Amino acid sequence: MSQSYETVIGLEVHVQLTTNTKIFCGCSKDFGQTPNSQTCPVCLGLPGALPVLNQQVVELAIKTGLATNCQIAPRSIFARKNYFYPDLPKGYQISQFELPICEHGWLDIDLENGERKRIGITRAHMEEDAGKLIHGDTPQTAGNSLVDLNRACTPLLEIVSEPDMRSADEAIDYLKKLHQIVVYLGVCDGNLEEGSFRCDANVSVRPYDQEEFGTRAEVKNINSFRFIKQAIEYEVERQIDLIEGGGKVVQETRLFDSDTGMTRSMRGKEDAHDYRYFPDPDLVPLVISPEWIEKVRATLPELPEVKRGRFVEELGMSDYDAGVLASDRALADYFDACVALGSDAKSCANWIMGEILRKLKETDTEITDVPITPELLTGLLARIADNTISGKIAKTVFEKMWQNGQSADQIIDAEGLKQVTDSGAIEALVDEVVAANPDQVAEYLGGKDKLIGFFVGKVMQASQGKANPGMVNQLLKKKLTGN
Amino acid sequence: MTVYDLTLAELRAKLDKRELSAVEVTKTYLDRIAATNPALNTFITICNETALAEAQAADQAIAEGKAQALTGLPIAAKDIFNTAGLRTTCASRILDNYVSPYDATAIARIKEQKAVIIGKLNMDEFAMGSSNENSAFGPVRNPWNQDLVPGGSSGGSAASVAARQAVAALGTDTGGSIRQPASHCSVVGLKPTYGRVSRYGVIAYASSLDQVGPVTRDVRDCALMLQAIAGYDPADSTSVNTPVADYQSNLTGNLKGLKIGLPKEYFIEGLDDDVRKAVEQAAEKYRELGAEIIEVSLPHTSYAVACYYLIATAEASSNLARYDGVRYGLRAENAENLVDMYMQTRAAGFGSEVKRRIMLGTYALSSGYYDAYYLKAQKVRTLIRQDFLNAFETVDALLTPVAPTPAFALGEKVNDPLQMYLSDIYTIPVNLAGTCAMSLPCGFSTDERPIGLQLIGKPFDEATLLRTAHAYEQATEWHKRKTEF
Repeated sequence: MSQSYETVIGLEVHVQLTTNTKIFCGCSKDFGQTPNSQTCPVCLGLPGALPVLNQQVVELAIKTGLATNCQIAPRSIFARKNYFYPDLPKGYQISQFELPICEHGWLDIDLENGERKRIGITRAHMEEDAGKLIHGDTPQTAGNSLVDLNRACTPLLEIVSEPDMRSADEAIDYLKKLHQIVVYLGVCDGNLEEGSFRCDANVSVRPYDQEEFGTRAEVKNINSFRFIKQAIEYEVERQIDLIEGGGKVVQETRLFDSDTGMTRSMRGKEDAHDYRYFPDPDLVPLVISPEWIEKVRATLPELPEVKRGRFVEELGMSDYDAGVLASDRALADYFDACVALGSDAKSCANWIMGEILRKLKETDTEITDVPITPELLTGLLARIADNTISGKIAKTVFEKMWQNGQSADQIIDAEGLKQVTDSGAIEALVDEVVAANPDQVAEYLGGKDKLIGFFVGKVMQASQGKANPGMVNQLLKKKLTGN
Repeated sequence: MTVYDLTLAELRAKLDKRELSAVEVTKTYLDRIAATNPALNTFITICNETALAEAQAADQAIAEGKAQALTGLPIAAKDIFNTAGLRTTCASRILDNYVSPYDATAIARIKEQKAVIIGKLNMDEFAMGSSNENSAFGPVRNPWNQDLVPGGSSGGSAASVAARQAVAALGTDTGGSIRQPASHCSVVGLKPTYGRVSRYGVIAYASSLDQVGPVTRDVRDCALMLQAIAGYDPADSTSVNTPVADYQSNLTGNLKGLKIGLPKEYFIEGLDDDVRKAVEQAAEKYRELGAEIIEVSLPHTSYAVACYYLIATAEASSNLARYDGVRYGLRAENAENLVDMYMQTRAAGFGSEVKRRIMLGTYALSSGYYDAYYLKAQKVRTLIRQDFLNAFETVDALLTPVAPTPAFALGEKVNDPLQMYLSDIYTIPVNLAGTCAMSLPCGFSTDERPIGLQLIGKPFDEATLLRTAHAYEQATEWHKRKTEF
């Protein structure tokens, strides 16, 4: 049944910008402080207080606009969005309506079938966040709603896509891509749970042969990628069922409930606010010169897609490896630093994606706090490359290094881990092992070639892992076969 | 001559020569306010204690040789200015119990000079009105004749200066709210160019029109007051970073080569004969003083009042949304739910004129009406501004009446909002154009009601405006007449 319907999705993403202070006042915007401690007359909406635009917000908005291929408006204006709610201290939100700062952008996403698809970005505009309502939970406050305005007036960039996505998976691809970019740019900390990256989805369905869009529902309150997928899929099914059952989709705002995985109606079109937008007379039009845009452009980091391409083309890495390393800016920076210090790209990538990522996960550490610096890792890789240690011993060195931050050479010396390449010493061990296992020798000579692994293992064990495995192999064969 | 008859400049000299102390001056004023306020109702808050403490600090500064222009001078502020630690009501029940935690920039600037804040002045609620009858604290009476209104919305500012309850006052002017009451009370009032004085901390009525200005006994005092409050403020994005002239040194009395325009659209039907005569005589006086008088045209004048009542009310409807009972001010008890709390609070907290304007403004901004009302009004506003800029290509200043009639009787227009709105017909275009203008005494009607003259200057050229006003004042005696109060 659902095969005959096409899903149409457009997304509105609220990105909380990583400024030091709020968008229209000098208050700190630290998360998790005592309620109402991060406030002043401006963000409390006291009588007579006036907003002053934080220039850093503009720069982060320009940065995001450039990274998402938007045009930056030479002149944009702030508008008041008027509505009453206790978390909105002025009775209006300062936002942008006509003339937003960014317009006409796009992002490419990679589809499962290997094709690329371009998702249009209608606009991105700056606005202030509202405060938060808390339900009283002490004897004095029970039954009351309390208002915390710490979050009021924190800077947001709302990025609105075109209705270009045709499945929940495409929507997630787009969101992940956008998320990666804003985190890469450092304009957002990307924390979905704390609400730094919030998504509302406009979802509709239409028969494949129908040109105009179906009636859409806006789904709000979704704070993880998984939930977004769940919410969209639920909503698509709900709408198709409704139509198939002879009903009609109504334009409304729906809330996603992560406990049930369902959406429920919050308010219908008839209850929609008339926001009475008009230009905010307290703020002058924002004029952005081409010079300013170029100055910001010069601070743009290499974006993940470009980085990935470079890893493939210049370092000969596989698409997959390049993709993993480029997905996280700090990880890619770490990798780049190792390569710049002389690490072999391929083995370095293996170590980062293997040991480093495993250890980070195990110890719940961020790559930015990794105890093994690019210098240390490069030193370790060099000792593997020059046969000072085997790959196996290297893992022991790595563990030590993680704990004490010493260099590979220091650890190898201190622990006596240097690989044994003295053929006389290895030969002695080989002799011992051969002498101690006459049965296996006989079997081997009887044609059971696989037993060579057994002998290598015994010799390595006897050398405490330090013997050069290649030499062990060679000397064993020589000894066993007598040539 | 008693202490309270002295102008700001005269008092300054006496304080500097130690012939008087700031404490003595302040006490004199506090006594005078106590004696006269019951009759006039000019003050909402009288700063008995803080004023004396500030006066002592001022005397200290004077003793240390650190006196500035306003040090130790008792100044009153319209109750629209936030004053830290003082009740700030905007003459509304909704802010009846509101004590501000911070000072408006204009207040901070006069406090920096160690002026003495002697009290907070009555006004039309949220600065909406032309007669000071829309106050939750009752009407102000005109000290020239207590049956008359003092004008509004800065009625307390004009009446207190006329009644010598303060040496000078701060007001705000959105559509004539300084100039019209100054005219009705025969004092000097100046509305600076939009952006000249910071609006930070001034409770907003119509943000794109509101401007802070002084009300004083004469033009020199006006120059001194403007000097103290003018200048860029980073806390107000609409304040303009442009040099501030030395206003007092511009008061040369020289009008040689000055061209003054008489806009023909201002001398029309509805203009009171006495007012017309007084203003024409003032024009004649200017001619005698060496200025050239030229008739000019401001063709879009007749649209100004309609345009103003769309823009101002639209902005007001949004500016007053914050008075919702959630964080401060009045909150209705026993509301059944959130929406009920909003409705009861605002129904009880706002007066009828404020409600009328909130509704007008909400309507003008509503979906489907925005283009026809708000947007159209903004376009008309551009044309009105252009009228003035065109006129200023040929003249240096414009001379007009301030109001079509002298002060009217209390209650006379209270039930006729349209008639009331028309009393600002000559002052509103200046706010829409964003330029500067002032009102100064130019006569009395046959029944002894004060009449004011409006001078309109080029944007940010308050210096020429003050010089033009000062020359006239020097040549006339009107400003010397005092009320019997």
